[in-house]
Amino acid sequence: MSELGIQPFLVLSAFLFACGVVCVASKRNAIGVLMGVELILNAANVNLVAFARFNPAFRLDGQVFALLVIVLAAAEAAVALAIILNFYNNHGTVDVDSADELQG
Amino acid sequence: MSLPVLLFAVVATVTACSALGVVLARNVVRMAVWLLFTLVGVSLLYFLLGAEFVGATQLIVYVGGTLILIVFGVMLTAQAPLREIRTRPAEWLVGGLVGALLFGLLVAVSYQIAFPPSTHALPSVAPLGLTFLGVTDASPTGDVTGVPNGVTVPRTPVAYLLPFEIVSVHLLVVLVGAAYLARAKRRVRS
Repeated sequence: MSELGIQPFLVLSAFLFACGVVCVASKRNAIGVLMGVELILNAANVNLVAFARFNPAFRLDGQVFALLVIVLAAAEAAVALAIILNFYNNHGTVDVDSADELQG
Repeated sequence: MSLPVLLFAVVATVTACSALGVVLARNVVRMAVWLLFTLVGVSLLYFLLGAEFVGATQLIVYVGGTLILIVFGVMLTAQAPLREIRTRPAEWLVGGLVGALLFGLLVAVSYQIAFPPSTHALPSVAPLGLTFLGVTDASPTGDVTGVPNGVTVPRTPVAYLLPFEIVSVHLLVVLVGAAYLARAKRRVRS
């Protein structure tokens, strides 16, 4: 670990984040959008733990934030799936393009 | 090439390829499987960084909990026409452009950050638990950011007990709300 800097972790995290953004932007299945959000949260978590490892003033905070993000991601996934199931029961589809009833 | 670099190369390649698989897969079931590999790769990355507890939590909560929820969502909604919803090429173009721009920006920023290669290990589970219980301050020597130069502001010796409690109550409320939202509606009619 001694010769491995922080940059490889940050680049990998940036790649995960970009993949998540593309997933959110281009998937039409609502569950696919949810998976993109999970990718984005994981990218943020990798950043937090990497900074906890390489910044001595941030050793515990990074891990604490990462744990809180993991728990909040679980809660977010539960609510999002409940909403998606409700939408599926009412409309018979999970295509996000058909959720346009609030359009003016 | 030493063992950590080699391990990081292997784990990072697997994680990045799986994330790309999530983006490129059309079938939502395959997307879930690629997401499983991505999450396992990220947890291996935490182990590689020395954060064992975060890695174990990632495996238990994310891979064992969140992903199971997602797989259940896939199973409950995956009718034949919905399993593969095609994306229009224009949307791929816009999404890919935004993603590439963000990736370039983040890489350019991350190469301006310089930390010396670290030799100290991350603290183990015991300090982490004491921090969550509010016993010890997480970073008593850390600088407070956002103050003018030359001014030293003492840190308040407050650990993470309050966020821990808020998150636990939040999780309870959210799960009750999710169960209420996703309940079967047939009883209303009968």
